[in-house]
Amino acid sequence: MAKISLIVNGNPVTGNVDPRTLLVQFLRENLRLTGTHVGCDTSQCGACVVHLDGKAVKSCTTLAVMADGHEVKTIEGLAADGAPLHPMQEAFREHHGLQCGFCTPGMIMTAIDIVHRKGNELDDHTIREELEGNLCRCTGYQNIVASIAAGAKAMAKSDLA
Amino acid sequence: MYEFKYHRPGTVRQAANLLVKNEDAKVIAGGHTLIPVMKQRLASPPHLVDLSHIEGLNTIEMKGRSLVIGATAKHAEVATSAIVGEAIPALANLASQIGDPAVRHKGTIGGSLANNDPTADYPAAVLALGATIVTNKRRLKAEEFFQGLFSTALEADEIITKVMFPLPKKAAYIKFRNQASRYALVGVFVARRPSDVRVAVTGAGSDGVFRVEAYEEALKKRFSSKVLEGIDVPAEGLNSDIHGSAEYRAHLIGVLTRRAVDAANAKE
Repeated sequence: MAKISLIVNGNPVTGNVDPRTLLVQFLRENLRLTGTHVGCDTSQCGACVVHLDGKAVKSCTTLAVMADGHEVKTIEGLAADGAPLHPMQEAFREHHGLQCGFCTPGMIMTAIDIVHRKGNELDDHTIREELEGNLCRCTGYQNIVASIAAGAKAMAKSDLA
Repeated sequence: MYEFKYHRPGTVRQAANLLVKNEDAKVIAGGHTLIPVMKQRLASPPHLVDLSHIEGLNTIEMKGRSLVIGATAKHAEVATSAIVGEAIPALANLASQIGDPAVRHKGTIGGSLANNDPTADYPAAVLALGATIVTNKRRLKAEEFFQGLFSTALEADEIITKVMFPLPKKAAYIKFRNQASRYALVGVFVARRPSDVRVAVTGAGSDGVFRVEAYEEALKKRFSSKVLEGIDVPAEGLNSDIHGSAEYRAHLIGVLTRRAVDAANAKE
């Protein structure tokens, strides 16, 4: 077993984990942060995307021990319970950017990462290219793309960026 | 995944010592090939030596006339580095096409080279640019480093520390993606170097990355896609699978090389 300590959604957490524990397992099973999903489990679908030191990564392909000493943000960390949603979450709600919702946490964490890297004015082509690592089997992407474009603009006016 | 012990050395020397001490130990940095392979139980190293916390191992800098990239530089760092963009834009462009954004935040140049996947992008750049791979023990030329499918000249306790790229006069990389996996069905890196031209192909060879000498000789005389018309690449030795026949891949090598030469010429 290996002792790890990291910051998750702003809070220091510790754990005693088998080194083969994936970051996504640690988040879901040890911390009960079940917003991060396991879809393909082969680093293709992006349902498990979280931010590690501020950058989008696939938590199904990251060992929890490798995150020791680092900072993780999950979908639960975007807005406090009962508080207004993060502008990207709000944009997905407003533009109906989801159907079954399984891919949504990964889509939103990826979308915020795109805004951090590419800015608040995103054209459709850029969004579609940047969504290469996130699969949705319901929507056909149209509303996801619309949500991200709107969410990116809204983030410019928000403190929750 | 089978059980293993995790080590996080602070220096390359400590990492090398761990490899000597622990037989069958594997090096990990981004983990974006090794973790999937371990999950499938195709690899079961009893020890993992994590290089990702060794300071200074991801430095990107110019040293004389060479671009030097540290082994743990991530694909995203190479893709967005102003130094790489200035020195060898084709290399930044190649890095920007690996995997997807989340993969590029983790995967490293050293990991990609040490793994030598026959469809990986970096081997084509390293071979075409005539890069030198620097390890904790020695310097290896690209042509001695790559030794066929998933195999390299690296010894069990040898660690890549950096890659030195001599600056080309012109270069370009064009990749034709497998529509499902997005890996290179064929990728061609063309480099016009001060003394010669190199054309390196990934994705197509059944023995990994290779050079196309017939194209190199023709391009050395005149660096124009026109001189390649009529020179066919033989299909022997190329991969043939459900994604494309050897003949199809041979055809693609011709098309992509011409496109790469045009792209390199267009960048003036």
